[in-house]
Amino acid sequence: MTIFTCILLGFLVVCAIAASLSKKLLNTILIFMSYSLIMSIIWVLLESPDLAITEAAVGAGVTTVLFLVTLKKINAIIKKESSQEEKADGKKGI
Amino acid sequence: MARKVSEEKYQKTFSYKFRRWLDDTKDPFVGEVEMHRQTPFVESEETKERREQDERQLHTKVYDLENNFEMRIFRRFYRVFSVLFCIFLVAMLLVAVSDLPVFGHAENPVNNEVAERYIEEGLEETGAVNIVTGMILDYRAFDTLGESHVLFIATCTVLILLRRDGKKEQELDEDNDRIHEPKNDVILQTAARILVPPIFLFGIYIILAGHLGPGGGFSGGAVIGAGLILYLNAFGFARTERFFTARTYRRMSFCALACYSLAKSYSFYTGANHIESVIPLGTPGAILSSGLILVLNICVGVVVAGTMYTFYVMFRKGGY
Repeated sequence: MTIFTCILLGFLVVCAIAASLSKKLLNTILIFMSYSLIMSIIWVLLESPDLAITEAAVGAGVTTVLFLVTLKKINAIIKKESSQEEKADGKKGI
Repeated sequence: MARKVSEEKYQKTFSYKFRRWLDDTKDPFVGEVEMHRQTPFVESEETKERREQDERQLHTKVYDLENNFEMRIFRRFYRVFSVLFCIFLVAMLLVAVSDLPVFGHAENPVNNEVAERYIEEGLEETGAVNIVTGMILDYRAFDTLGESHVLFIATCTVLILLRRDGKKEQELDEDNDRIHEPKNDVILQTAARILVPPIFLFGIYIILAGHLGPGGGFSGGAVIGAGLILYLNAFGFARTERFFTARTYRRMSFCALACYSLAKSYSFYTGANHIESVIPLGTPGAILSSGLILVLNICVGVVVAGTMYTFYVMFRKGGY
């Protein structure tokens, strides 16, 4: 149990650092989502399943979706087929 | 319809205005709140020249690293101090955390007479097997009422900020929005068809069993809201607007918040003044037990589910 907790906590730290260091906003959001998922497992281990359900639904689900919609609205998600010009524009947003 | 008062008089009554607000036949924002499209910023020749000159000066004089000695020193200090500050912050937080009592220790200051009473008499007094729900929706239900109002106010703010008026613009925006999305994505639709019903059922289960096990109004409502968002993404606005529009949301949250307030004020009057409550607590463990907690859970769940979905729609489209 303790080894499992330690691994999860290590993941948590790695996720937090990776989220702040990653250059692409899309990656940051996905890492943030995995952070929330790991956090919800840790809540279960800390014997608070109420919080775990809320964290999984709000932190990993709804917040991520809202972030993604916002990214799309500010044109920060770059498509692969888009031209160079659009890429430059997108990078300004990032 | 026969009315005792004349039409003119009726239109001045509160109930008329209220019904108009619920039915969305009159927008409370239009005409009352100042709403303008932002005018695009146009720069005059004179200011543009001045600004460009300023920028040129800035680049040649201030940011000239080879010659500007102060700037060089400032940059070096800035880097060193930012690292030092971060280390100081981390050290301070670590010291503060290391001063906390050991997690789960019996002698912790958390274990005082309040927690003792909740644990020992919570089941008897609230009738909820899940002590957390008993605390949130019975002992501290007034706080939870405030929380659901905070959520409602947050949606109102999002509504004011992101709302778009004018049908034409909205339709254009929707068309733009749909360009980036695959219409009728088979994989997404099949997955949604399989996943959405269990998600809804699970959310309803979490809400209804909030006083029996882990869960409750907020988490169940969030699950249902996430299911609604998935359904919307798979099948588009045309399908969801058949059963969920702004009017539905307004009615739902109004009814839920009013029901919550009424139920809670009833239990405040009876509880605080030691009057016998008419609502029986029931046998702990049964679905219909623990007095008003089940009703309150349903109210909170309805508000949260509607709010999550409305947030998403507002971010996507700015009105529905």
